[in-house]
Amino acid sequence: MSNSAEPSTFSSDQVRRLASLVRIDLTPEEVEEFRTELASILSHIDALSEIDTDGVPPTNNGADLLNVQAVDASRPALPRDTVLANAPQREDEYFRVHAVLDQS
Amino acid sequence: MTANTPEGGALHDLTLAEARQRLLDGDLTSRSLTQAHLDRIAQTEPSVGAFITVTADEALEQADAADALIASGDIPSPLTGLPIALKDVLMTQGTRTTAGSRMLDSLIPPYDATVVSRLRAAGAVSLGKTNMDEFAMGSSTEHSAWHPTSNPWDLERVPGGSSGGSAAAVAARQCLGSLGSDTGGSIRQPASFCGVVGLKPTYGRVSRYGLIAFASSLDQIGPFTRTVEDAALLLQEIAGPDPLDSTCYDVPVPDFMGQIERGLDGLRIAAPQEFFSDGMDDDVAEAMETALELLASNGAEIDRTPRMPSLPMALPVYYILAPSECSANLARFDGVKYGYGARGGESMWSDMEATRGHGFGREVKRRILLGAYALSAGYYDAYYLQAQKVRTLIRREFDRVFAEHDLIVAPTAPTVAFKRGAITDPYQMYLNDIFTIPANIAGLPAISVPGGFGADGMPVGLQLVGPRLDEATVLQVASAYERLAGWSTAPDG
Repeated sequence: MSNSAEPSTFSSDQVRRLASLVRIDLTPEEVEEFRTELASILSHIDALSEIDTDGVPPTNNGADLLNVQAVDASRPALPRDTVLANAPQREDEYFRVHAVLDQS
Repeated sequence: MTANTPEGGALHDLTLAEARQRLLDGDLTSRSLTQAHLDRIAQTEPSVGAFITVTADEALEQADAADALIASGDIPSPLTGLPIALKDVLMTQGTRTTAGSRMLDSLIPPYDATVVSRLRAAGAVSLGKTNMDEFAMGSSTEHSAWHPTSNPWDLERVPGGSSGGSAAAVAARQCLGSLGSDTGGSIRQPASFCGVVGLKPTYGRVSRYGLIAFASSLDQIGPFTRTVEDAALLLQEIAGPDPLDSTCYDVPVPDFMGQIERGLDGLRIAAPQEFFSDGMDDDVAEAMETALELLASNGAEIDRTPRMPSLPMALPVYYILAPSECSANLARFDGVKYGYGARGGESMWSDMEATRGHGFGREVKRRILLGAYALSAGYYDAYYLQAQKVRTLIRREFDRVFAEHDLIVAPTAPTVAFKRGAITDPYQMYLNDIFTIPANIAGLPAISVPGGFGADGMPVGLQLVGPRLDEATVLQVASAYERLAGWSTAPDG
């Protein structure tokens, strides 16, 4: 079958690459633990590849609803100060973060 | 000191329906009822730990307002003056909402979840926010960033999860009812472990607006109570279409109390073989056998012949779909807009990585990584798309069973509650949800009702799964079984 997955082994580099994709700092100990645990979890999941799904459409929605449309009307939004009240760091009317673009 | 009813029973022992009647009859005030539950919380919280936040002052204010409304002679709302609790994954305006995570240690929501505003409109009194596995990921409430919750039946055991605080609070009679959320069993499994009623409605029956999202195609909010009737009363208020949630069915909500006393005559109930096979402990199997015999000898037809060959794939499907959806949903926690935000790194990216590295616990990180893997280039077809296709096969098998049966009966969990710290392997923990996940995969309504006792006198849950949008039949059969079996829902007698 064409959709069988790779055998479930993980290198530390693979775990670090996944962590960088999802922007999570991992300690070296965590990298090692997740390397083993992810491989173990995937070894149980790999049975999925044995199931014949030729011609079966995917289900991507919990309900059988399609093309639900909202009423095209404006409604009040939260006041700016209310939204900014939960920010870890703010400046005036903005969320404050490090500069994203090169400042030169 | 414990406040008592006129007949001498403790106020915290009343069911929601009983307390409601007393309030309407005028022989009880919401203040005394609410204070009785706050006293009960003060007495039992040191050992149970069901709450993250108790909002005593606000609760008493709401109680006084309810008493004033009842005294004025105005027609009270359905839940006026009744104290309940909310899982800390539901947004509550002005009250800290953490989802059990350090990431949201300081979030004060600027709006209410739809279910919260509906309960407020129905007059309910909120006692506070209950403990949970971080971001609703777990089956034991050991993965809360704050503290574990204990099972009121045996304080060394877990209450189940992820809605363990909501289940334990009801079992310990700290509140008349509570709300939880169920993505793969997070209402039903803790209800089973704590010997209470837990209902996961049809996906789309209850608005998810203001529920902090874990896996959006599977998440659903529902009630915990000590009786099936009480679950119907709470569901009645939270169900129904919501313009703020486009996955909510725009269909009328039936009167859930309407057919709750109809009994079992003529009902065809399937007990598919795959729900009664491997992985169930002997004590749970015995309790199930007794329950099936009780149903069969009281008018229901129990059919043990149906097969659902794809059912064993529900767990693998879930552990692709749920982590994949969570890896996308939890991308919003970036330390910029709300919650915990690390600062002092070299760049915005290093701050973000530090925020997420420190803010998320182990189980959450594990699932985000697993989801990112399943969605990544080269693996998408083999894992995510294949899981979605097998999801279709599972839904079709449910449809086939429901073409000839009114309901499916199954165990809720394969074991009774286990000791805290007893399960350390992630996959072993995931196996707790082997019988609850299928209803989430197919979007079906399902309830766990107390179904007897297993090893060491711990509760066992009986699960009933119904066709899409047919909560009424699920409640009808659950209520009939509850009356026939008469199991105690009180840990200390």
